[in-house]
Amino acid sequence: MIDIQTQLFEGRDIRFGPIDYEKDPEIETKWTHDSAFMRMYEINPARPLSAAIIKKQYEKLEKQVEEDKNLYHFMIRAKEDDRLIGRAAIQWIEWTNGNAWLHLGIGSAQDQRKGFGSQALGMLMRFAFAELNLFRLSARIPEYNQAAIALFSKFGFAEEVRRRQALDRDGRRWDLIVFGLLNSEWQNQTRA
Amino acid sequence: MRDLFRGELVRLTSEEPGLRAQAEARWQRDTEFHRLADSDPAQIISEKKLKEWFEKQIENGFKPDRYSFAVRTLADDRHIAFFALWLDLIHNEAWVGIGIGEREFWGKGYGTEMMKLCLQYAFTELNVHRVSLGLHEYNPRALRSYQKAGFRMEGRTRQDLMREGKRYDSLWMGILREEWMQMQTGDLHE
Repeated sequence: MIDIQTQLFEGRDIRFGPIDYEKDPEIETKWTHDSAFMRMYEINPARPLSAAIIKKQYEKLEKQVEEDKNLYHFMIRAKEDDRLIGRAAIQWIEWTNGNAWLHLGIGSAQDQRKGFGSQALGMLMRFAFAELNLFRLSARIPEYNQAAIALFSKFGFAEEVRRRQALDRDGRRWDLIVFGLLNSEWQNQTRA
Repeated sequence: MRDLFRGELVRLTSEEPGLRAQAEARWQRDTEFHRLADSDPAQIISEKKLKEWFEKQIENGFKPDRYSFAVRTLADDRHIAFFALWLDLIHNEAWVGIGIGEREFWGKGYGTEMMKLCLQYAFTELNVHRVSLGLHEYNPRALRSYQKAGFRMEGRTRQDLMREGKRYDSLWMGILREEWMQMQTGDLHE
């Protein structure tokens, strides 16, 4: 049962928190050195980044949040020790149409496949639908990212667009799939 | 070799901020045009501001990932339309934005010819693997034109547009290099 008393930013094992400019860059620089993770997380070329550059990117991100008003961004932390385990965002929000795009990732290998991503996606959807009151959400996922496809499908997202051969990786072309979910569909799930 | 910049009805010319701002100042008052071309709210911006905006886009350094053109009629050199290609250099894909601001040129084959030139440029000069575009469900004229140019429907994001209190889908189309090549009759090198 979700109601107004249920905390938006607290999950069972994780919480959404702000950027920690001291500690987080040191962790995230490690993620950028993991090309397997980066190719699941980003469509842009994987590229190792220093902690200093990541700190600058955080500043840019928070400036964008403040100025553009079409982006919400969270650091995902483990409740047990408050360590950074991933990032989640609702981006490219079109307020007049009530739509937006989701982006999330669990950064280090030892935190993956433990249900943290699932909890984070659930919280992100609730924030988007019940706090931002968006009408629908989209996510674009490369066809080779089976874990993400399984996760979004589990939450009721439907494959809506298949952009044929839109990606070039490892010497071959891959489809880029767009998944979508309506607020009404989400409400039916949470009620059921 | 084919002329990249000349068709039967139009030619592709350089973008110029002053000219484009002047045209846009007029075109933005046509809210039907805006709603067909864009998903954001219609708004009215001064010609001065528009010019600054286009200067930033056009003059302050050509970006390697943006190719845009002012489209003029061959008959009387009128600036009637624009199109732009945004290039993803890593994955070798281009996105198209296209619009005929002068409504008297709608439905007369100008858009179809512009798209033909656009695809020719994308596949034979930019050498992309695929070209993509999005359009609104309530724009059947554009849909027919894109289908004629060879684009295939790749899906729809359900109800992501809201206009006049009603929900509409966005449609997403794409054409692959090999599909475009198969459509070409005659020698590309002539």
